[in-house]
Amino acid sequence: MDVNKNSYIFTFSAILVIVVGAALAFAAESLKPLQKENVRLEKMQNILASVKIEATPEEAAEKFEKYIIEQVMLDNEGNVATSEGRTAFDIDVVKEFKTVEEENRFYPLFVFEENGARKYIVPMAGNGLWGPIWGYVAFEGDMNTIYGSTFDHKTETPGLGAEINQPFFQDKFIGKTIFDGAEYVSVEVVKGGADVAGNPHQVDGISGGTITSKGVGEMMERTLNVYVPYFKGNQKAAL
Amino acid sequence: MSETAEATAVAKEPKEPLFSAKNRRLLSDPLNDDNPITIQVLGICSALAITVQVKQAVVMSLSVLVVMIGANLIVSALRNLIPSRVRIIVQLVIVAALVILVDQVLKAYVYDVSKQLSVFVGLIITNCIIMGRLEAFALGNKLWPSFLDAIGNAAGYGWILIAVAFVRELFGSGKVWGFQVIPDSFYDFGYYNNGLMILPPMALITVGIIIWIQRSRNTKLIEEN
Repeated sequence: MDVNKNSYIFTFSAILVIVVGAALAFAAESLKPLQKENVRLEKMQNILASVKIEATPEEAAEKFEKYIIEQVMLDNEGNVATSEGRTAFDIDVVKEFKTVEEENRFYPLFVFEENGARKYIVPMAGNGLWGPIWGYVAFEGDMNTIYGSTFDHKTETPGLGAEINQPFFQDKFIGKTIFDGAEYVSVEVVKGGADVAGNPHQVDGISGGTITSKGVGEMMERTLNVYVPYFKGNQKAAL
Repeated sequence: MSETAEATAVAKEPKEPLFSAKNRRLLSDPLNDDNPITIQVLGICSALAITVQVKQAVVMSLSVLVVMIGANLIVSALRNLIPSRVRIIVQLVIVAALVILVDQVLKAYVYDVSKQLSVFVGLIITNCIIMGRLEAFALGNKLWPSFLDAIGNAAGYGWILIAVAFVRELFGSGKVWGFQVIPDSFYDFGYYNNGLMILPPMALITVGIIIWIQRSRNTKLIEEN
């Protein structure tokens, strides 16, 4: 058989592509439910991690059910909104911020309660150096002081920007406040190695990961801005 | 009489022992004399990109091993059917399919590992070692030698990767496998982590130093002027 005949080459290529395509499509389709479930459980784990609740993938769903007592959706103005068929948990902020126009976006908020104390968890998404970054920031009942945070990334540089998912960086946010009196100032991430001790609105970035660190700051500033009216309203109600 | 002797000799020839000297060399050569990174200078790209931490280097090496064995076996099995004019694209399709398959399986069953590898799994497709071995070896050899060749080259690639990652993580972050090994007291005395180690250029320099050591110790590699 002459394997270099044109007709053979076409037939061979066609068969190869069909076989490979079918195998990949089959693998992708049959593994999809497992993958989706992994992503869902991981989201629950991340939300819980921002309020310092450790959960393995197996127990994530149960703990999420137990601690998250309320899921709220806000519109772009910061008012509580509803959308048909969607819950706050369904909103993938990375996608939402990228594909939906600003005025039509929904912003999820998760209310956590343990022993009567409430925390408010805000999901956020932004850009690092190479790709998307996202995270969850939990606020104390005063909706001002950061109680905990968790960040993650898609493709940041290992050892540099990728360190934003490490506790040493995330813990720096604890106790920082986003309001200066009544004014919203967010928390700024400054270039690595800076002295930020005593400044409640600044966090030291990662040396060598400045752009990613700044991305975290920008993401917080922009996302939290939407929640300000809601936070302020609830702060007044609490007084 | 002589005819029968000849016939048995011919009959015996294909029965090469599984680990004959020739086959053992397929495993051992890539580790040193014919190392894919330091001698053939293939796969340098990933050696620079993912050697910041030992853990990633190990997982990357294992993934390359799996893909390489699969690709070498498939190409070797199809070697008489692949038209030589389109062989490169055929190899590429096979490698890409395997890599995507590995990625999908990792995502479904070991989600943690898959998250750690993130983009690097995709980068395996572009690893020149795999294409290089398919082109240079698997296309012209039987299944078993191709299998050994895949293991040998993946191991040769892996140990360099891990060695470089060890040096970079140790001096760049004072850690190995994520655990701190340089004691705090060193830092108190004014020791600093070398930030340059974390950046890609230092991987190139580390690989260069490994080549230097290797060439000065291995007499076979010393070139005569």
